[in-house]
Amino acid sequence: MRRALPALVFASVAGLAQAEPVVVGDAIPAPLTAAPGEPARGRAIVADRTRGLCLLCHPAPIPEERFQGNLAPSLAGVGARLTPGQLRLRLVDSRRLNPETLMPAYFSTAGLVGVADAWQGRPILRVEEIEDVVAYLATLRD
Amino acid sequence: MSPWRRQGWLPLLALLLGAAGPRSGFETMTPELQAMQRDDAGNPGMLSVLEGEALFAREGCAACHAAAALRGVAARYPAHDAARGGPIDLAGRIAECREQRAGRPPLPRESQPMLALQSFVAHQSRGLPITPDPRLAEARAEGERLFRERRGQLNLSCAQCHETLAGGRLAGANIPEGHPNGYPLYRLEWQALGSLQRRLRGCFTGVRAEPLAPGSPAALALEAYLFGRAAGLPIETPAVRP
Ligand code: HEC
Ligand code: HEC
Repeated sequence: MRRALPALVFASVAGLAQAEPVVVGDAIPAPLTAAPGEPARGRAIVADRTRGLCLLCHPAPIPEERFQGNLAPSLAGVGARLTPGQLRLRLVDSRRLNPETLMPAYFSTAGLVGVADAWQGRPILRVEEIEDVVAYLATLRD
Repeated sequence: MSPWRRQGWLPLLALLLGAAGPRSGFETMTPELQAMQRDDAGNPGMLSVLEGEALFAREGCAACHAAAALRGVAARYPAHDAARGGPIDLAGRIAECREQRAGRPPLPRESQPMLALQSFVAHQSRGLPITPDPRLAEARAEGERLFRERRGQLNLSCAQCHETLAGGRLAGANIPEGHPNGYPLYRLEWQALGSLQRRLRGCFTGVRAEPLAPGSPAALALEAYLFGRAAGLPIETPAVRP
């Protein structure tokens, strides 16, 4: 069983506006990319069960996707509950807030065990995709 | 407390109220699928059982075993194997017996004839409770460790889904407790009869983890643990699952 090397913890550094996401309190206030995220692309990622995988666990206001999980809080209204910076940290690595969390870290490969070769050393989403998803979640205000 | 958190307590509550003990995946299926499994004429897995019965006679197994004497065997597997000093599962035993005693060439684990032979043998124990081999304590402990270890790019453990979240919904799928008592079984999604190893491969690749090699010590340990935690559940082979 392989463990990710520390150098791979924040992989896919190309396109990153900063060397490593900077956590302040319970948030990552600064965007990870220079270009702002695009909500429509973010919605497509959240809806796609092979990319965002979010609907496996979360219900979300995406009515055309009939099969949504019930293992996690609804994403409806999440943009009113959390700031973009707070949303960003929850995507990058929810373990920073709750080490036992069910939610996968979307942009950290630290401490993973037995990852299949095809996914070795790769985060679940790229930085651009993280920013797109944050931009979409921020629009979910009710 | 948010509603989804409250829901998380329901299985625990059920447990405290006396619905204790393992629950087969059968219990949470739709009535239509339950009826399909119960009806031998409509259960697609019965075709493999019949194929296995013919192979059992033709491949030399019947020279040593009367079919009636196979009753109860699958309920005791995986079993301790003195020569290996550890567990052997039913597929491993059938392969070994067939090669060493009947002098037949090896059958790959997932081949249709192997699945058929295994279905026929396990079917002879249908309805009998799983009685784990007490000599496998060490393998079961290693299997439990694997069951609780978070793995893969999604960093999830078997225990998270099949203990904590059993009864919940993962996208459109009901999460069962994850018991091995129905295998080989007919799965609608596969449109075929498949092995426990195939099911486990699905769960491993689902969390983007490298699957365990079938028949490897780790795979056998996990299998021994799964049968241990399913103690008392009846063998359902050939079960039907969504
Ligand atoms: C395997 C399950 C799982 C997946 C997949 C998942 N999450 Fe989560 N998520 C959770 C759980 C459980 C929580 C509750 C907090 C905790 O337990 O740490 C959570 C919390 C959150 C929160 C904080 C919600 C709040 O109201 O505080 C946000 C935002 C979030 N997830 C977004 C997402 C997005 C977007 C995706 C996909 C890109 C996603 N999650 C994928 C399980 C998951
Ligand atoms: C993210 C959730 C998840 C994880 C992690 C997971 N499984 Fe599963 N498992 C499922 C779901 C959902 C099903 C039912 C599939 C269906 O009905 O489509 C299932 C089915 C099963 C079954 C078949 C149960 C039956 O009644 O036939 C077994 C056995 C099983 N899992 C074992 C495991 C083991 C062992 C692991 C860890 C290596 C594991 N699972 C990891 C979600 C998971």
